[in-house]
Amino acid sequence: MWYFVSPQIVFGEGALEALGELGGRRALIVTDTTLVRLGVAERVRKLLERAGLEVQLFDQVEPDPSLQTVRRGAQMAREYGPDWIVGLGGGSALDAAKAIWILYERPDLEPAAINPFIRLGLRQKARLVTIPTTSGTGAEVTWAIVLTDADEQRKLGLGNRENVADLAIVDPSLTLEMPPALTADTGMDALTHAIEGYTCAWHTDLTDGLCLNALRLIFTYLPRAVSDGTDLEAREHMHNAATCAGLGFGNAMASLAHAMGHALGALFHVPHGRAVGIFLPYTIEFAARTSPDRFAELAVFLGCSAAGGEEGARALAGAVRDLGRRIAFPQSLAEASLERAPYEAALERLVENAFNDTQIVTAVRSPSYEELRELFLYAYAGRPVDF
Amino acid sequence: MAIRFPSDEWIKELSRLLNESESYERSARDWEGDFLFIVEPDSAYPHTAYLYLDLYHGKSPSAAMLESPEEKKAAYTLAAPFSTWRRVIEGKLDPIQGMMTRQLRLQGNLMQIMRYPKAAKEIVTCCSLIPTDFGD
Repeated sequence: MWYFVSPQIVFGEGALEALGELGGRRALIVTDTTLVRLGVAERVRKLLERAGLEVQLFDQVEPDPSLQTVRRGAQMAREYGPDWIVGLGGGSALDAAKAIWILYERPDLEPAAINPFIRLGLRQKARLVTIPTTSGTGAEVTWAIVLTDADEQRKLGLGNRENVADLAIVDPSLTLEMPPALTADTGMDALTHAIEGYTCAWHTDLTDGLCLNALRLIFTYLPRAVSDGTDLEAREHMHNAATCAGLGFGNAMASLAHAMGHALGALFHVPHGRAVGIFLPYTIEFAARTSPDRFAELAVFLGCSAAGGEEGARALAGAVRDLGRRIAFPQSLAEASLERAPYEAALERLVENAFNDTQIVTAVRSPSYEELRELFLYAYAGRPVDF
Repeated sequence: MAIRFPSDEWIKELSRLLNESESYERSARDWEGDFLFIVEPDSAYPHTAYLYLDLYHGKSPSAAMLESPEEKKAAYTLAAPFSTWRRVIEGKLDPIQGMMTRQLRLQGNLMQIMRYPKAAKEIVTCCSLIPTDFGD
């Protein structure tokens, strides 16, 4: 027994116009200062106002949003009383919007208590719209919420399937401003979702196809989107790929690269997509020794290997690295300019946090504490995993 | 020789295996909170059973099958019918998925539980290591 949850999705060029069909009185836009500066928040505001809604803005979402930030956003929501929460931005803004919505509906909850085991009883006060402006996180269609506990310097995997958005607006025109490095980072995030969603222990018949299609689209269109940001065809396919991958992994789970990426991001503030994308080939190689089959299937699907077993899985890791090279994506943490001394000083903390991340439970090969430590060291040095 | 589930011997064996597990000790190093597992009757098992498992800082100081839930005030309770427990122990139902679909009903400080997913997995791994007799 399992669930497949999804918002209603409006996608393609012009999808943003769907905001004009929202009923209601008041909307709270949850976003960040960059999107305010770029005028994107204003574009959304005007569409909402044209639909007859009053609009207020909460633009204080930072990268890796903290528990404190969502508490502030929820306070604003309680004072304003919106019937729509509109998340606008990358994964940080969308995750913050989900959490703010929940805390607005359920002021009795602490953000860290948003868990999948309870009934939240949402949609008594408001509904949620998600509008992604990057092509990677899939947060517009997932119920996962990642918040950072600044005191513990740890990312918390939260969420409940009730908090999936009511409406996701996936409009590729919003991604045209993304610079190449951000396009690459977020694209590698989507790739990691597709591969981990397909290979994790919780994969399902309903999610496999979404992950496969996302994988095909990303290998085809990510290099084009990075090399020419104005290539609208590539942008549109990447935006759709990220949403497909989001539906895929969001209804299955991510895995080890995400556990390690969360640990790294919380301590060193490496962008999420870059962190998980760097770890991905190392975690594939780690799984290849004992549980290679699903990875090898992906290698066959991509046409990069006809071999099954460990050889096929390692070919997939090679294909991920090749794609990374084509888009100037770092192959190791050293190549990503992470300084060695502070990294080594934080190693035990990294291992500890990754070991207790929610995404680790679905790894098909569960690493011991020592193996996890080695994986962090190999990924730093750029050394293919041989254990 | 297989150990009957549920029984005092079975929960004590789980406690023993947890105390031997380095992986569990690592993942539950700061954990504080004892559990009461409630096995509810169904067509395969006509009784209610209460299995108490004390867990503290990566170790399991004690375990016992109780006559009544009032004997110990546990921080967490996890309740499910016998056949659901069997699927968990046999590795056919992931316990976290079981809790998310409310086939296993968890009560206690859920905020705390969310921080120790690996420990939950290690407990189930230890469960699967017990040669279990389900009374077939």
